[in-house]
Amino acid sequence: MHGSKDGEKSHGGDFSYVGIDAILEQMRRKAMKQGFELNLMVVGQSGLGKSTLMNTLFKSKVSRNKSVQSNPEERIPKTVEIKSISHDIEEKGVRMKLTVIDTPGFGDQINNENCWQPIMKFINDQYEAYLQEEININRKKRIPDSRVHCCIYFIPPTGHCLRPLDVEFMRRLSKVVNIVPVIAKADTLTLEERDSFKQTIREELRANGIDVYPQKEFDEDAEDRMINDKIREMIPFAVVGSDQEYQVNGKRLLGRKTKWGTIEVENIAHCEFAYLRDLLIRTHMQNIKDITGSIHYETYRVRRLNESNGHPGALQANGVAAQHEALSHEM
Amino acid sequence: MDAIMLQEKLVERLLCPRVRTARQKEKQYVGFATLPNQVHRKSVKKGFDFTLMVAGESGMGKSTLVNSLFLTDLYKDRKLLNAEERINQTVEIIKHTVDIEEKGVKLKLTIVDTPGFGDAVNNNECWKPITDYIDQQFEQYFRDESGLNRKNIQDNRVHCCLYFIPPFGHGLRPVDVEFMKALHEKVNIIPLIAKADCLTPNEIKKLKDRIREEIDKFGIKVYQFPECDSDEDEEFKQLDKELKECTPFAVIGSNTVVEARGQRVRGRLYPWGIVEVENQSHCDFVKLRNMLIRSHMHDLKDVTCDVHYENYRAQCIQEMTSKLAQDNRMESPIPILPLSTPDADTEKLIKMKDEELKRMQEMLNKMQQQMHDKDQ
Repeated sequence: MHGSKDGEKSHGGDFSYVGIDAILEQMRRKAMKQGFELNLMVVGQSGLGKSTLMNTLFKSKVSRNKSVQSNPEERIPKTVEIKSISHDIEEKGVRMKLTVIDTPGFGDQINNENCWQPIMKFINDQYEAYLQEEININRKKRIPDSRVHCCIYFIPPTGHCLRPLDVEFMRRLSKVVNIVPVIAKADTLTLEERDSFKQTIREELRANGIDVYPQKEFDEDAEDRMINDKIREMIPFAVVGSDQEYQVNGKRLLGRKTKWGTIEVENIAHCEFAYLRDLLIRTHMQNIKDITGSIHYETYRVRRLNESNGHPGALQANGVAAQHEALSHEM
Repeated sequence: MDAIMLQEKLVERLLCPRVRTARQKEKQYVGFATLPNQVHRKSVKKGFDFTLMVAGESGMGKSTLVNSLFLTDLYKDRKLLNAEERINQTVEIIKHTVDIEEKGVKLKLTIVDTPGFGDAVNNNECWKPITDYIDQQFEQYFRDESGLNRKNIQDNRVHCCLYFIPPFGHGLRPVDVEFMKALHEKVNIIPLIAKADCLTPNEIKKLKDRIREEIDKFGIKVYQFPECDSDEDEEFKQLDKELKECTPFAVIGSNTVVEARGQRVRGRLYPWGIVEVENQSHCDFVKLRNMLIRSHMHDLKDVTCDVHYENYRAQCIQEMTSKLAQDNRMESPIPILPLSTPDADTEKLIKMKDEELKRMQEMLNKMQQQMHDKDQ
């Protein structure tokens, strides 16, 4: 009779190989077919090299085309604008839809109070759009992800400390999005100045309770914590961007040429661009997206659902605006 | 394990800040091609889960097959009932969970067994406990997904159902047809011909053709293998084609190891010869195992999430809103179903969403209350 024999179990080598590790290959195949999405936001005053840095990171012109305007009034928008540009890029068979969200006008006015509000609103709008898709009756197979995964905040290289605008912005936004602060145009600081500036910044971030990426509380295990602790000791990264190549020691490198030498962007002895790139793209990209999805988005969702409890019918497709004003006012 | 090595190399770089590295070769290389590896690493840490249901009459070799597939012994302490005891038995649902680890990948495998199916004298609606179980898992997931704390949602949805067809008959029996029709829109059904060692190759071929015909005739939607991409290599396409032509798989299972052709293999020893489970010319066990585990496990889970679960969810929400509509309009005896056709006007859509939200909020309130009570 079948099924009830207590026989010897087979063992040894290929014989006892079920093959469940093949599921990783299946997942990879599927991921390659589907492609990935990444939404990066850059925030900082005009002229800090945001667009150049984006172009350097992705080795192509992914930022907005800046038309050369003559006077500051035309160049600097009156309010903070949000400009999104998407590109489909591919590397070694991996396809990615990269969206760079620029925020011209941030911090450029005389009175910069509340200049973070349009940015907060934009971020929350993306969460809202995702939430609406999620609670739909007929959901799409793959909900398009327009949520901001990472916000790169450019700190001007004053060498002293964070400005009040920096503190205000990062304090509010670190609660809704992953913030990666960078010291822009770091070629104006010597190594000693850079180190002391970073130290000051780190202390100020700590003193103000600002949790930048990688956040300590989201470390998954000891291994992660070890890697992330090392990163936390180095942030903010002091970066230099460039989209021009120069000849250095017989090789063509991205850099900035000055009378006293050429700054090589990808040389870690010169600046920390390579670390930023590795963090954002080569090692922690998936982690950044996961934290956005499973923590920031979930926080938003819980808040929205709780609010709707008080006002039934508030989560209407066309009634969202009303609730939103209430939300952004409490920021 | 390139992913881990890559990670380690990069970590090293991060840990030794002032060391110059030769990066000139990678001039045009941005590096996001490592994304699949990053995902890979995370999945390895998290592990996977898979729920497999086996259904069919007693004695079809379901337990043996499961043991053979996953090289475990899940049914060690099982006590089989005799005919008398089975008279009053109803269909039960029994879950066995086992953690398997191989090459660093962890799988939490759940086997849902359905003893008693088709065993009674009167088998009317014997599939009802099974469909109820599947629906319950969907409902549980739906509640979890709509809840406030979505961190650790347990996915107990049934990803695949292996249905065992006896080899003795001439194709599908009425109970087979009814069972598969009751379940084909709730779960991925993979029909199998059980105990295939009692058939000759010709008989197997005839039976398979017959069963395929009847599946078409009765409109049963069994699990379809996804189409091959045009850029896959020829070998893969060939394998895929063979797989599709081979369904339903004729399988044999065995818990015992026998000596055959100088090797120790899983098999069954008969006076007239030895049946080897893993011999492709003897039965389709290897094809089934490869398909189920090595090439289509992920797709089975995807189809469950994207198709079966979404159908359930859409249906559930519509029922909820229609019930609400019914409660609100007591003079109309017929429940007014919200239009789900694309040309429904926005008014109705908004109202429908309103009602859907009301219902969900009630559920959420209930759950919040539960959570609150638990915390205290």
